[in-house]
Amino acid sequence: MINVSKLKKGIVIDHITAGTGYKLFSQLHLDELDDVVVLMRNVDSRKMGKKDLIKIETDLALDFTVLGLIDPGITVTYVEDGNRIKKVKLTLPEKVEGILKCHNPRCISNTEKLESTTFYLVDAKKKEYACEYCEARTQL
Amino acid sequence: MLKNRNLIAPNDFTNQELNEILLLAREIVNRPDFFCKKAEGKILASLFYEPSTRTKFSFDTAMLRLGGQVIGFSDPLTSSTAKGETVADSAKTISKYADIIVVRHPKEGTALLMSKYAECPVINAGDGGHQHPTQTLTDLLTIASNKSSLCNLKIGVCGDLKFGRTIHSLVTCLSGFEGNSFVFISPEELRMPSYIKEKVAEKGKSFIETNDLEAAIGDLDILYMSRVQRERFVSEEEYLRLKDYFILTADKMALARKDMIVMHPLPRVNEIATEVDADPRAKYFDQVKFGMYVRMALIMKLLGLDESTPEEDK
Ligand SMILES: [Zn+2]
Repeated sequence: MINVSKLKKGIVIDHITAGTGYKLFSQLHLDELDDVVVLMRNVDSRKMGKKDLIKIETDLALDFTVLGLIDPGITVTYVEDGNRIKKVKLTLPEKVEGILKCHNPRCISNTEKLESTTFYLVDAKKKEYACEYCEARTQL
Repeated sequence: MLKNRNLIAPNDFTNQELNEILLLAREIVNRPDFFCKKAEGKILASLFYEPSTRTKFSFDTAMLRLGGQVIGFSDPLTSSTAKGETVADSAKTISKYADIIVVRHPKEGTALLMSKYAECPVINAGDGGHQHPTQTLTDLLTIASNKSSLCNLKIGVCGDLKFGRTIHSLVTCLSGFEGNSFVFISPEELRMPSYIKEKVAEKGKSFIETNDLEAAIGDLDILYMSRVQRERFVSEEEYLRLKDYFILTADKMALARKDMIVMHPLPRVNEIATEVDADPRAKYFDQVKFGMYVRMALIMKLLGLDESTPEEDK
């Protein structure tokens, strides 16, 4: 296995479903960061068989709410001086843009092939979001 | 301020804003001649991507009676969508010509999409059975004109309560006004959806459910009728067994109060017997007229037109 030096300060996104890492990478716009970012794919995992992993060496606060939508099993940990200091609990965002797609065939967002439809959280328990255009609900 | 706003869904406006529109509409009802030049020099684009003669007439005449002018189409084949233009692009270009846009479209959410790209106010005239907010305004003006206020009313809604969106918006809206209560009259199969009942309860208003129109009618201030459609029923027998419960006849009207009013979004099929039409409490044909007046008021508000009348000038 390739050795990637231990993170001193930053954020570790772990337990990413194998193959989903790049999607998270793009969603968080990590390519725009000037900091060191490592995306590891197909890492051996006792729990998951294979998993993806992202390490970011940064002081920045990133918005992780969106991650839970893409891959609800992931864990996010803050690291300082080589120690894990804080685990972030992922909650569902009130509003998401450009991730979900409306399944209502009568919805204008599908006819017009809109890129960035906004969805609003309407039922956190059922993980339901409503399309801004037709209000049809999408379950995660 | 309503100037430059859009009307996409019935709950876009606060109660106070609704009242403002109704107040102006009632002034117009009383003296339409005072308002016949208010929109001079303004142009309304009337974009009907699916035909609806009734609604188009109502908007077009509203603008013409304000002294404004109308451009538009009522046949999607003549519109630029036929040439593959997106709704977003149409909104951008048309709002360069017009001061206000009225749109009806078979797809849900089209009016909202247009409002994001148009540089002028957009009014939703129906988006594929999703929302039809000016129908709700029409109903509110009919009630306000006959009952003097939107509060302290016992409102009975009867017929297809499960799929009737007009009824859903009206009930949701009226549950926001003080002292109202509701009677939901329908067959078991067509009961009011629970999310509407929850909204009513959240606003602290009470409701009862029944399938007996005759027993309920005597208590009501308003009876709002709607069509019970054959295709909603699982079996033909069910439909035949239940449909006559919900035909309003002169006999049933005899059980109602002298000041109850009967409303219906039209067109009706057979749910109100024609013998009821002559009853002074039947207001459904008046609704058509109120629909035009309330649209006049809405256009004036969204354009921010001068509302003064000669009396105020003195
Ligand atoms: Zn939709």
